Amino acid sequence: MTARQPGWIDEALREHDEHHEHAAAIPDREQQVLDRIDRARRRRPKVREERITMSHGAGGKATHTLIEAIFLDAFRNPLLEPLEDAAALAVGGARVALTTDSYVVSPLFFPGGDIGELAINGTVNDLAVSGARPLYLSAGFILEEGFPVADLTRIAASMHDAAAAAGVQVVTGDTKVVQRGKADGCYINTAGVGVLDRDTDLGVARARPGDAIIVSGPIGDHGVTIMLARGELDIEADLQSDTAPLNGLVAGLLDSVPGVRAMRDATRGGVATILNEIARSAEAGVLVSEEDIPVRPEVRGAAELLGIDPMYVACEGRLVAVVPGDQAGRALAALHTHPLGVQASVIGHVTAEPPGIVQLKTAFGGTRIVDLLVGDPLPRIC
Amino acid sequence: MKFVDEFRDADKAHALAAKIAALCEPGRQYKLMEVCGGHTHTIYKHGLEDYLPESITLVHGPGCPVCVIPMGRVDDAMALAAEPGVIMTSFGDMMRVPGSKGSFFDAKAAGTDIRMVYSPLDSLKIARANPDKRVVFMAIGFETTAPSTAMTILRAAAENLPNFSVFCNHVTIIPAIKAILDSPDLRLDGFIGPGHVSTVIGCRPYEFIARDYGKPVVVAGFEPLDILQSIYMLMLQLSARRAEVENQYARVVPWAGNATALQVIGETMELRPYFEWRGLGFISHSALAVREKYARFDAELLFKVPGVRVADPKACQCGEVLKGVLKPWECKVFGTACTPETPIGTCMVSPEGACAAYYNYGRMNRHRVREAAEVGRS
Repeated sequence: MTARQPGWIDEALREHDEHHEHAAAIPDREQQVLDRIDRARRRRPKVREERITMSHGAGGKATHTLIEAIFLDAFRNPLLEPLEDAAALAVGGARVALTTDSYVVSPLFFPGGDIGELAINGTVNDLAVSGARPLYLSAGFILEEGFPVADLTRIAASMHDAAAAAGVQVVTGDTKVVQRGKADGCYINTAGVGVLDRDTDLGVARARPGDAIIVSGPIGDHGVTIMLARGELDIEADLQSDTAPLNGLVAGLLDSVPGVRAMRDATRGGVATILNEIARSAEAGVLVSEEDIPVRPEVRGAAELLGIDPMYVACEGRLVAVVPGDQAGRALAALHTHPLGVQASVIGHVTAEPPGIVQLKTAFGGTRIVDLLVGDPLPRIC
Repeated sequence: MKFVDEFRDADKAHALAAKIAALCEPGRQYKLMEVCGGHTHTIYKHGLEDYLPESITLVHGPGCPVCVIPMGRVDDAMALAAEPGVIMTSFGDMMRVPGSKGSFFDAKAAGTDIRMVYSPLDSLKIARANPDKRVVFMAIGFETTAPSTAMTILRAAAENLPNFSVFCNHVTIIPAIKAILDSPDLRLDGFIGPGHVSTVIGCRPYEFIARDYGKPVVVAGFEPLDILQSIYMLMLQLSARRAEVENQYARVVPWAGNATALQVIGETMELRPYFEWRGLGFISHSALAVREKYARFDAELLFKVPGVRVADPKACQCGEVLKGVLKPWECKVFGTACTPETPIGTCMVSPEGACAAYYNYGRMNRHRVREAAEVGRS
């Protein structure tokens, strides 16, 4: 049952009427409505639902509201407040980054990887895009009674391989088993520590008008692969998850362009969500061009059939970087030398206007808004 | 992407846009209604309005299956879903539609067994796999989706499946168009006809619009160039003072429709004497019910359905939006109290709803976009 405070609707109506009175005199009434919506969007987030729904886990609007209204409210501190992928901490003179992530992907094994590989790479990537050199990980397992030991062995082996490939070690862990039916096979949580040994200051709030926005490769592979792997759709495509550790790619980029303003790995909510985070945090506009966004034909085709937008589909080995406009060429060149960045491209720019809004120049030649995702087209993607 | 990119070619769009602009008579305003929500979605998703001269206004019509479901029917469905032993199955679009006591999503979060399906046939799978449960499919949509519901009923009958039924909310498009034509609120110049519906019913049912109301109709496809070309075809008719039904989407839509699809609908469903549409009120012979012959698959007969009429929230102006009288942003609660995450009205829920399409994609000042483009060019 949704709780709709009458006051909340009344407020909107009152504001509408105030503007409506002057409407005849002012020609650009549509703009006024848009301004009013903008103000509504900036209001303090509030969870209106009485219970958690799948939308709260989708990485879109509801997730943002949940994090800001409940967790940020409860834990508020300057280290948490930037809401970056990892927190930057000073520990006894050293600067370290700390992050955590839980993995509930279904199915556990999919083309191109499995939950174990995902659990290592995801946490490594959260550290890497924060500018840290990932070092140590923890691993917590929640297992359902009856889960095959052979599957767990396979998952652990792939975690070992992924950790080795990323140059990190799993140094502590935890195991819990719950009754059959109380979990779905295997969930994994990993936390990671990395050292911030570069003199960089990264954060999406640092984006400035004129900055270039780069993605490191084709988007949406992971999400579409998982969706097809569930076999509910009777669509077949030659696709693999893009799960990969990004620390090597990031190191190459930062070596060559120390002035990088921000990086994010495009997981849940996809590239669109990151672009919105940039626009909101930097209080700037973002303008991207559909034609410049790399998407594999298989992903585009499947997404088109399913009515979903690849911009919102999760990747597990792609980063979005914001770099000063005049350093875009150098950044691209650096990314292109790494196997994971061969198809990196500049997809758009940060603009002064309109603040907080992401616009997409469509391949068709029109313009549209790219907002935060509402609802959840693909639950349990990672 | 083959067979898609060809219909999204910006150069061709510019050429068509120039031809459309050339047909506009100076000082005349044109109001064209795209009946189908799928068109509304395309128009906003691809930024098609950027191509149209300011004298052409696209008015968004009632052809969004989710948008026209009245609150009472949502409440009925929720009551059905709450019956012991019931698994309710529904298209994803329906999950967030608000009833007076919340949406399917809210009910699901509270423990009711509601499952999303991509096809009604998936509901049959669920019914076979859960013989101790009663599976109800929430059937919605125009003539586009009615055949798949009909086929599902026939399949269930062939299998003699004892635990499957349909809560039928299928509606028909022609009475809704007629209601709009008879509404004094709105003066339209022509119609972009619904493409998907027409694959089933064909183009003939629209002939009365041209003949009796003197308005041109062009049945259109769903790619942006399809719609631009249809607008061009409408403008050609208007400038020649013609009113005919034309078929832009001939690659998919046969003039006479799909006889097999119509036959299975006719076999399993019959017209209701009347049905309530959200915002449009009661329209006679505008919806389908399961035929008596298949009564054992009719959830309305198998379960106690409250059937109470529930008035829309006072603040909601979906009716005006569905009739095209209001632009989405002119609604009092648009974008402030009513957003895609907390929709008050149905138009804000479905990706085909005019409000959701405008909010998600089009919420920007077109004049400013144009000015910016011109500054960029000069």
